[in-house]
Amino acid sequence: MPKIIFKRPKSIKENIFHYCPGCGHSIAHRLITEVIDETGIRGITIGVPPAGCAVLAYNYFDVDMIEAQHGRGPATASGIKRVLPDRIVFSYQGDGDLAAIGIAESFHAANRGENITVFFINNAVYGMTGGQMAPTTILEQKTTTTPAGRHKILDGYPVKVCELLSNLKGVAYAQRCTVTSPAQVNKTKKAIRKAFQCQKDSLGFSLVEILSPCPTNWKKSPIDSCRWIDEVMSKEFPLGVFKDDTVKTDKNAEAV
Amino acid sequence: MNKVLMSGNDIIGEAAIRAGCRFYAGYPITPQNELTEYMAEHMRNADGGVFIQSESEVAAIHMVIGASSAGARVMTSSSSPGISLKQEGISSMAACELPGVIVNIMRGGPGLGNIRPSQGDYFQATRGGGHGDYRTIVLAPATCQELADLTMDAFDLADKYRTPVMILADGMMGQMMEPVVFKKTRPRRFSEKFMLRGAGDGPSRFIRGLLLDPIDAEEHNWKLARKYEVIVKNETLRDEHDTEDAEMVIVAYGTAARIARGAIKRLREHGMKVGLFRPVTLWPFPESELRALSNKVKSFLVFEMSTGQMIDDVRLALQGYADTGFHGRPGGAVPTPAELANVIARHYKKD
Repeated sequence: MPKIIFKRPKSIKENIFHYCPGCGHSIAHRLITEVIDETGIRGITIGVPPAGCAVLAYNYFDVDMIEAQHGRGPATASGIKRVLPDRIVFSYQGDGDLAAIGIAESFHAANRGENITVFFINNAVYGMTGGQMAPTTILEQKTTTTPAGRHKILDGYPVKVCELLSNLKGVAYAQRCTVTSPAQVNKTKKAIRKAFQCQKDSLGFSLVEILSPCPTNWKKSPIDSCRWIDEVMSKEFPLGVFKDDTVKTDKNAEAV
Repeated sequence: MNKVLMSGNDIIGEAAIRAGCRFYAGYPITPQNELTEYMAEHMRNADGGVFIQSESEVAAIHMVIGASSAGARVMTSSSSPGISLKQEGISSMAACELPGVIVNIMRGGPGLGNIRPSQGDYFQATRGGGHGDYRTIVLAPATCQELADLTMDAFDLADKYRTPVMILADGMMGQMMEPVVFKKTRPRRFSEKFMLRGAGDGPSRFIRGLLLDPIDAEEHNWKLARKYEVIVKNETLRDEHDTEDAEMVIVAYGTAARIARGAIKRLREHGMKVGLFRPVTLWPFPESELRALSNKVKSFLVFEMSTGQMIDDVRLALQGYADTGFHGRPGGAVPTPAELANVIARHYKKD
């Protein structure tokens, strides 16, 4: 009998993803659900999907979910977690959701040290609405609302979420990863596992930022999109662990 | 149960906790700060009670949404400008059919206005307030005793219809002190099946307001509309004073109705047959009850602490069968009963 070595995670529903070819959401969904399966937390997990491309995440995650209004995921997740402190609660957010309209909710949930996990999909663009500037759009990057490229005088600078939030004492864990190669995918999965563990151990707010390709709105092929993350985007948003209270050393912010 | 002397804002807090409210999130704003502070102090001693001072009114309502979905009895409170900020979440609660109580201790507006008592938020409260095709049950207490009773009822109504319920009072109601007796609470009747608690070994569930298919969304809107029809049929409340022999009836709610009662007392002493019709639920509005009154009364005067909002509902209810006058004091101005009595007397004599 041939041995099955790759299959659909149990915590993913049998629906067809609506995500574009080459989009990072599918990989992120898969990695999160693999960890949910492997750690046996499906029955006690409650997820909070955002407004944005992942708005239909409840069609894919086979865990209890409540869709948040745009940007309010961390507030909604805080409410759930405070009522049900023994459940695993995560919010899944894009860059506009977390760093623009929901920056206050994200910042203060982090600062309160809410014992929740936030998965932050950073693709430097507003995907669902058609490719407008995101708070994480990098300088010179062309979007439909920065047709001449993001200009620092007109549009300000890309918001660095891990750098910003890891300064808050309520944050127990913050790591930035990507999904551009099998090695990076494995690192991202480890980060997701660690973030959930952090929550299980009641250490506080955990954040996993994933630099994620958006071939459709970047107008690049999936392979070129991965290359752009590795060569350009990750220069602006360096990968690494920004905060890790699970290891009591001063060597945080080291590259992974 | 003992009679206790408490201020309006504290009464709401105490009634909520007695009714089983175990999650409160709010952001300070005058004139309702005593309520937020009451919840901070007393939620600590309530079994499983959670209090969060949120970063904004927006965050507060979304925390309440999360806690409600997780199965807690929930409340948030604010005053006019803060209630505007909560509308995104209130619309979402209506869409997702999540129970919860929202307290609006109204102040002068529009904009930042002032911190004096006002009734300028009637339209916002009774027309849904946020975007989309929905209604919010709106309860308008006029005494401290009613603040206690209606706050408790609000939680039951929210559960019964799985919908947000608003307590609409004003700074005067929030700050005044009166003796109250807290009534016995009923055990909560709310099915576990509407709570997100983690799927366990069973199928997962989700709560959403997004319905991309217009036919699904239309069906959902009609479903809500049918629910609102049942609420209109079953939950309309009003109060009448001195209407039996009245030749003229004042229509007023909340603080304005208190002032009107004072004015009517004076007028009755002078032989003027004036009565009071007081909607207790502003939505649903006691339309047929008011219309029934127009069989014998041909002159109505609406008094509001606004430029005239409820008067629209009064006219819709009366359908032109009676004359409708109006007196308003917007922007935080509060007339004395004597001032109002003079206004009513002028209208009375004109008729």
